[in-house]
Amino acid sequence: MPRVALFVTCLADAIRPSVGFAALKLLQDAGCKVEVPMQQTCCGQPAFNSGDTKDAGTLARRFIELFEPYDYVVGPSGSCVGMTRAHYPEALADDPAWAERARRLGERTFELMSFLVDVMHYKPTGVRFPATATYHDSCSGLRELGVFEQPRALLGAVGGLEMKPLEGNDVCCGFGGTFCVKYPAISNAVVSEKAAAVQRSGAQVLLGGDLGCLINMAGKLHRNGSPVRVYHAAEVLAGMADAPSISEK
Amino acid sequence: MHTSVLSFRARADVALTDPTLKLAIDRTTGTAERKRAAAVAAFPQFDAARDRGKRIKDHVIEHFDHYLLEFERNAIASGAQVHWASTADEASRIVVDLCRKANAKRVTRVKSMLGEAIGLPHALDAAGIERVETDLAEHIVQLGGDRPSHIVWPSMHRTREQVSEMFKQSHRVPHREETIEAMVDSARRELRDKFLSADVSISGANFLLADTGATCTVTNEGNAELTTSPPRMHIVTAGIEKLVPSLPHAFALLRLLVRSATGADVTQYTTFHCGPKKPGDLDGPEEFHIVLVDNGRTKMLAEAGLREMLRCIRCGACMNHCVVFRQMGGHAYGGTYPGPMGAVLTPVFDGLEKTRDLPHACTLNGKCQEVCPVDIPLPTLLRGWRDRSWREGLEPAAMRFGMGIFTFVASRPRIYRLGASMAVRMLGLFGRSGWIRSMPGLGAWTAHRDFPAPEGRTFMARYASGEGQRK
Repeated sequence: MPRVALFVTCLADAIRPSVGFAALKLLQDAGCKVEVPMQQTCCGQPAFNSGDTKDAGTLARRFIELFEPYDYVVGPSGSCVGMTRAHYPEALADDPAWAERARRLGERTFELMSFLVDVMHYKPTGVRFPATATYHDSCSGLRELGVFEQPRALLGAVGGLEMKPLEGNDVCCGFGGTFCVKYPAISNAVVSEKAAAVQRSGAQVLLGGDLGCLINMAGKLHRNGSPVRVYHAAEVLAGMADAPSISEK
Repeated sequence: MHTSVLSFRARADVALTDPTLKLAIDRTTGTAERKRAAAVAAFPQFDAARDRGKRIKDHVIEHFDHYLLEFERNAIASGAQVHWASTADEASRIVVDLCRKANAKRVTRVKSMLGEAIGLPHALDAAGIERVETDLAEHIVQLGGDRPSHIVWPSMHRTREQVSEMFKQSHRVPHREETIEAMVDSARRELRDKFLSADVSISGANFLLADTGATCTVTNEGNAELTTSPPRMHIVTAGIEKLVPSLPHAFALLRLLVRSATGADVTQYTTFHCGPKKPGDLDGPEEFHIVLVDNGRTKMLAEAGLREMLRCIRCGACMNHCVVFRQMGGHAYGGTYPGPMGAVLTPVFDGLEKTRDLPHACTLNGKCQEVCPVDIPLPTLLRGWRDRSWREGLEPAAMRFGMGIFTFVASRPRIYRLGASMAVRMLGLFGRSGWIRSMPGLGAWTAHRDFPAPEGRTFMARYASGEGQRK
């Protein structure tokens, strides 16, 4: 039984713990021994993308030390996992020994859906979610980690769930981490188009694999008065989507 | 209209509230995106071609000195006169001096973004030389008195309806029917005489062929052939990164360039220039000059974080697929080159201090690199500028201070946990209905969208009390 560390991510921790518990349950169901390192905080992505490579490096070293003892590190976010897998070696480029440690840990660090499918060959059983849904492919997961087929394969095993195509499914939603507050007007223009595409899809539910993007899209849909419900795909897969969605209370 | 005096933010805000501009951008980039996707799908070897294109460019970048000297030697042997310019000013001064030497009253210009980058249109106007733009889109830009907003479609910020109005107001015999063909005819009637009576023609180059000293220019209107033959003098201005070893290398890159830019298999015209009119030639210029422009390129060669940008073949695919560009168009970027490639290049030309907003105006979504025909890691290069801006102390003090505090807290889990719980409680207070519609400090978000109230306690607090744990 592989010993897996759950990398909860800041947004799941603070805003939507359900996503963390859904990830925990899925990993347990897939046959992992899951632990949650209680010393974990932020992966340092906001610092790195702001140009503050030194502080990003500080947080990267912390993360590596904390997660190194496990067989695998798994997080429910392509963006946070992309930071640790793709960008830690860049953030630590000045320090070859640490950069090498980052690369080695990166090989054992996975986004949740890709870990479940590619490593654990997991398929959900007995999960029902009667709804029509559409899927937004978050950019970091898609382009830094190649997450595309895995969530579709998993969702294909959910009873009653009908998937509808989303026009521009691989186009950025305008979140971009700190981008959305640095350039709110541009970000708004981008997410407005995304919300319109979601509404045109005719789906009742919007799914995705990254909370930042989901909160951005849910926030816009709610402001628009749209009835579309928004969930992290892990919540549906874990059979936890009977709770209120991100876009309702 | 000099938008460059405004800040990037102000220019973006202006662009975002212009529905006609948005319509024009959507029409052009939407078509470009569809056609490129179809062209790539119909060319199964695209990935292999992309890899080859990248290797050709990297090889030349590795051996710049060798190919530059080879090109110069062969160009001179073909009868061309070669000039070297290290800065934009020097380059445009060389061109204007050549025009003066030729007693030029009227010059024709074939669209060249390098010409824009070295300020040539302005320099010619200031020298009192009549400048005739021969590319249809550049003609529209000239009539409008503004600047190109895209490197492939310089007038993409104008709808055809606006262009129709402009032609009616300024052409001697304007079109009567509202069709594209009639509008093109109107431009042809207006421009054709001028093409034939110019004293000097100035063009750019898509490729410089080292083994022959020839230059290669692609157009869809044939203006690079039509307007460079009649005048007495032809001047080519080109950035030194346009070098390729020989013709097959140019064609390898051309296959990528055209598909990525317009989705066509080939351009309508692929024009080669090699030396002046030779004895026995029926026509051609008596003098042929090539101005090789550095303007920051050797600096990019020396800097690890920018070297890969020298691969750029100026197809425009990165901007056509950029969510930021597609909301506001090219003028908001303030430089000659817009979109992701422009956000990398403009700080090279204009200095980071004045342009540090550009590398930040990007969500780092990676689409630009995905569609780049020579695989330039644009997000990495943009982040590289952010890193440099941070190191040089150009980022706002509040940001630096905030990031310092954040790192301090995130390095201390107990304080971090406490902070997270407090933040969650605060968000809960403002979001009692389930949603936060406004909250101090959250204005940039809530101006446009709602923020979901947290579910309750943090994950870590709930997990610590035993929730979700199995034996």
